[in-house]
Amino acid sequence: MKLTGKALVYGDHVDTDVIIPARYLNTADAKELAAHCMEDIDKDFAKKLKPGDFVAAGVNFGCGSSREHAPLALKTAGVSCVIAKSFARIFYRNAINIGLPIIVSGMDIKDGDQLEADLDHGTLTNVTRGTKESFPPFSPFLQTIIASGGLVAAREGGHL
Amino acid sequence: MSKMTMTQKIIAAHCGQETVTPGEIVLANVDMVLANDITAPVAINEFRKLSNPTVFDKEKIALVLDHFTPNKDIKAAEQSRFVREFAKEHDILHFYDVGQAGVEHALLPEKGMVTAGDLVVGADSHTCTYGALGAFSTGMGSTDAAVAMASGKVWLRVPEAISVVLTGQLPEYVSGKDVILHLIGILGVDGALYSSLEFSGDGVRALTMDDRLCVCNMAVEAGGKNAVFPVDDATRQYLTEHGAAQPVVYAADPDAVYQRVINIDLGALKPTVAFPHLPENTKTFDDIPQGMKIDQVVIGSCTNGRLSDFVAAAEIMKGRKVHDGVRCLIIPATQKIYRDAMHMGLFDIFLDAGCAVSTPTCGPCLGGHMGILAEGERCVATTNRNFVGRMGSPKSEVYLANPEVAAASAVLGVIASPDML
Repeated sequence: MKLTGKALVYGDHVDTDVIIPARYLNTADAKELAAHCMEDIDKDFAKKLKPGDFVAAGVNFGCGSSREHAPLALKTAGVSCVIAKSFARIFYRNAINIGLPIIVSGMDIKDGDQLEADLDHGTLTNVTRGTKESFPPFSPFLQTIIASGGLVAAREGGHL
Repeated sequence: MSKMTMTQKIIAAHCGQETVTPGEIVLANVDMVLANDITAPVAINEFRKLSNPTVFDKEKIALVLDHFTPNKDIKAAEQSRFVREFAKEHDILHFYDVGQAGVEHALLPEKGMVTAGDLVVGADSHTCTYGALGAFSTGMGSTDAAVAMASGKVWLRVPEAISVVLTGQLPEYVSGKDVILHLIGILGVDGALYSSLEFSGDGVRALTMDDRLCVCNMAVEAGGKNAVFPVDDATRQYLTEHGAAQPVVYAADPDAVYQRVINIDLGALKPTVAFPHLPENTKTFDDIPQGMKIDQVVIGSCTNGRLSDFVAAAEIMKGRKVHDGVRCLIIPATQKIYRDAMHMGLFDIFLDAGCAVSTPTCGPCLGGHMGILAEGERCVATTNRNFVGRMGSPKSEVYLANPEVAAASAVLGVIASPDML
């Protein structure tokens, strides 16, 4: 799968409370959640984001609450992929389980840079800056979940 | 001869392997799956996408309505009803509604639903609390919970470990909260990422079970997968008193491998406060400016909403008044804690002081209801997170502290240590 879009860049320790504040968790409706995605850290997020864009951040992205509403809100808002120097572990597994692509990379990315990710070959390209990096593949079991289309589909496929 | 940590041994026992290696991904059998009124609706939606949506064991699923309850608004009421109907449809044994419920991570140990050696997963990040009982427990998402409810299995990456060696005894006005805040201050909020925190040392004996539950509760705030205490006489007594199943005791191999060893002299700890907006921003009163005015105090949550927390707060509050202009909220974490605190006369002390006493709820801890902060307001809370907007306005501030510090702050109207009274 190839993804292209521009980067919206944030800092370290972006927690799930700012990705989707608890005051909106009285619904599990993905579209409603997406409407408020990231608003406490960037009130213009919904305006700036075009479908297919990337979110790029520093270390420990998605720390804090286990709320799966966070990756769900990002995915439904149109984010194609989250790139971070590291991910908090619950966000990491939630993203894989629901089929939101994530890449661990320390690539130098500035707000607005045009990016391309090739998930099959494990390459990330910063078109704006002319840089390219490869990222390590997921472990075989996680690849099975991703290839199945998420954890529920992997269960249906008899993988657990 | 294996070289496994306590956590690795519990995971190995739950995936039918003699040994496991850090970084390895295993499919483990779960002893309990937990979800609440926020995470269960998403889990139930995923569960219903399965071609065979039946639960693997109706006695090994816990559904607790605790976050936005008593229902804060119509949508929250719909979510509670959705979970309630699911629990009825599948005859879930451990379903707790308003009147029986409590904050989940205080409720499960109190009801004896977790024992030493168990593997527990929950769609709530603070599920790591039960490591205090000698169990492996960790938080995950709703889809994980959905599949675990159906299959009884979960995928786990076997964690590396950080050893935390405790020595000495806690001084006055210092408790489990200060131990974990101090440790998060050392590690940082991602210092234990993907790792287990393995506690040991003579100092373990000096910690009450409530202290240990509080310490394990906040392991996730250092990025940890789980935290675990060795099983001792205090653990066994607690499990027996609460009617838990017979413990299965695992101990680390003497040559278990740790990425890092951290030594903490409990006797050297001081009351510790985490400043906004990360739990790693810890300070002691040597460095906290005097006269930092506050608007609200919250004493409660899965971190510090247990009986000993209210006993400690009441000792500070007795015969004193909450400062003018400060709201002080007392939120016992379970119905039993509520009743015990009431029978001990603690509510009289709190009510005489001018506190508001609430029924159990997670409420303000996550900015749900029952104590939301306005722009510019400052709160001292015994809760677990001080992120931007955590308790309300993105321009409010939360300071994390132990119950004695919270009570002293309520009385003095500023962030204060009990010895300043």
